[in-house]
Amino acid sequence: MTLKVLCLGILSVSVTLAGCSSMGVKPWERSHLAQNKMQLEPYKLDSFLDDHIYFSKEGSSGGRGAGGGGCGCN
Amino acid sequence: MQLKKSKDMSISKLLAVATSSLLAGTAQNVLAVDANNEWQVDSAVLVYSETDRVSVVEPVVSTRKKIGDDEYVKFQIVADALTGSSPNGAIKTDSVQTFTSPSGSGVYTTAAGTTPLDPSFHDTRGAISGEWEKPLNEKLKGIFSANYSQEFDYSSLGIGANLAWDFNQRNTTLTTGISYNLDQVKPVGGMPPGLSAMPTTTSVSKSKLGDTDDKTIAALLLGVTQVMGPMHLLQLNYTYSNEDGYLTDPYKILSVLDNSGALRGTDPYLYEKRPTTRTRHAVYLKDVKQFGEDVLQFSYRYAWDDWGIASHTVDMRYRYELNGKNYIEPHLRYYLQDKADFYYYNLVDGNTPQYASADYRLGDLSTKTIGIKYGHVFAENNELGIRAEMMQQQAEGDARFPDTDAAIIQLNYSFNF
Repeated sequence: MTLKVLCLGILSVSVTLAGCSSMGVKPWERSHLAQNKMQLEPYKLDSFLDDHIYFSKEGSSGGRGAGGGGCGCN
Repeated sequence: MQLKKSKDMSISKLLAVATSSLLAGTAQNVLAVDANNEWQVDSAVLVYSETDRVSVVEPVVSTRKKIGDDEYVKFQIVADALTGSSPNGAIKTDSVQTFTSPSGSGVYTTAAGTTPLDPSFHDTRGAISGEWEKPLNEKLKGIFSANYSQEFDYSSLGIGANLAWDFNQRNTTLTTGISYNLDQVKPVGGMPPGLSAMPTTTSVSKSKLGDTDDKTIAALLLGVTQVMGPMHLLQLNYTYSNEDGYLTDPYKILSVLDNSGALRGTDPYLYEKRPTTRTRHAVYLKDVKQFGEDVLQFSYRYAWDDWGIASHTVDMRYRYELNGKNYIEPHLRYYLQDKADFYYYNLVDGNTPQYASADYRLGDLSTKTIGIKYGHVFAENNELGIRAEMMQQQAEGDARFPDTDAAIIQLNYSFNF
């Protein structure tokens, strides 16, 4: 089961990368990328609170950045 | 860059501001608007409620201010209040069970056929953090942070530093970061020796190793963010962390059964014991792609550690624009975890391992979350949002555990002042 999910993840990455025939943009092509909704974390408090919930309820945590601890979270 | 407050900024002005902001910024984490001389405030209140178990109310306020050319300071304050009952690790049986509270001064009972929950579970936590974001040269940015949090039985002090280097015409950003946390555990009733017996009456004193202990967490991040196209970003991170110290949950126990499958007569419950080190790894991929005005955020994480836990997490949000001012955002998340090497549903008399925990969060586990967010944009940096989600956790392949169901409600408001 774990292997299947891992394969699915790798396949998703491969499809994503394969779909990008030309990477990068010119400076004048960045108007869409400048929107808040196109940021990697457009709503940081949503991410912060989600991290707190799942840090407390699951065995794995992190991935978005370097950081840890800060909570006993029984 | 100056920006006048306007509720109806024209598209051309917005694009001009956005473009100039990006030219001065990095490939990631670039906002369209900088509000000079104003504090940008993000606030939220989270209400998390499990059926018949834990409830949490958590308000957060985060403020950010520009203090120089692409230089910012940020402060955040968090409080959370937690009440309810939490599984203590013991298994349900056909008879009433009696446990001593963590302090050892009281008892609580669990009815026959129900999962034992510790009703004395409560906590209040406060946390503050600060961050300084500073360009170190034209293409290199540093972010330096510190945080402190305090609970009645736990405290944490941490520092961190991140560097982001843009190149390839700012289409590629390499990120590296380090952080270090020093946490102190001060359990109610002291720290019980691992795998020692939990008293079942208050007339027996609880043995303890001491009142406090420490743990440290050192973490490293390596990441790359690539602009794939005018409406497409991709991020790949690898994180490593090393924990050292007291990693056991001092409130969790395990049931010990005899050869007949019943609780053994003497010392039927033992306190859990976990290793004193843990090394974790995670690979995290995030894809952000715009379709017309809508945006899909997709992420996948594979995490593993030397406790034997390995997990997959898939998260997907689709922001659907209703018009220029309103949007809805469905959210799906799926998490699947393999158990830790020292996870046991229960122990068997005469066969006590070196480490053992019955904490369901270390077992085979899945979490499913489904939700939706509605947002209304009044103006730039002035937005209201509300989200409602349902979360369900299941012990994979083990029907002996009841599901954990939780409701999540969150209200957000952002503004400048």
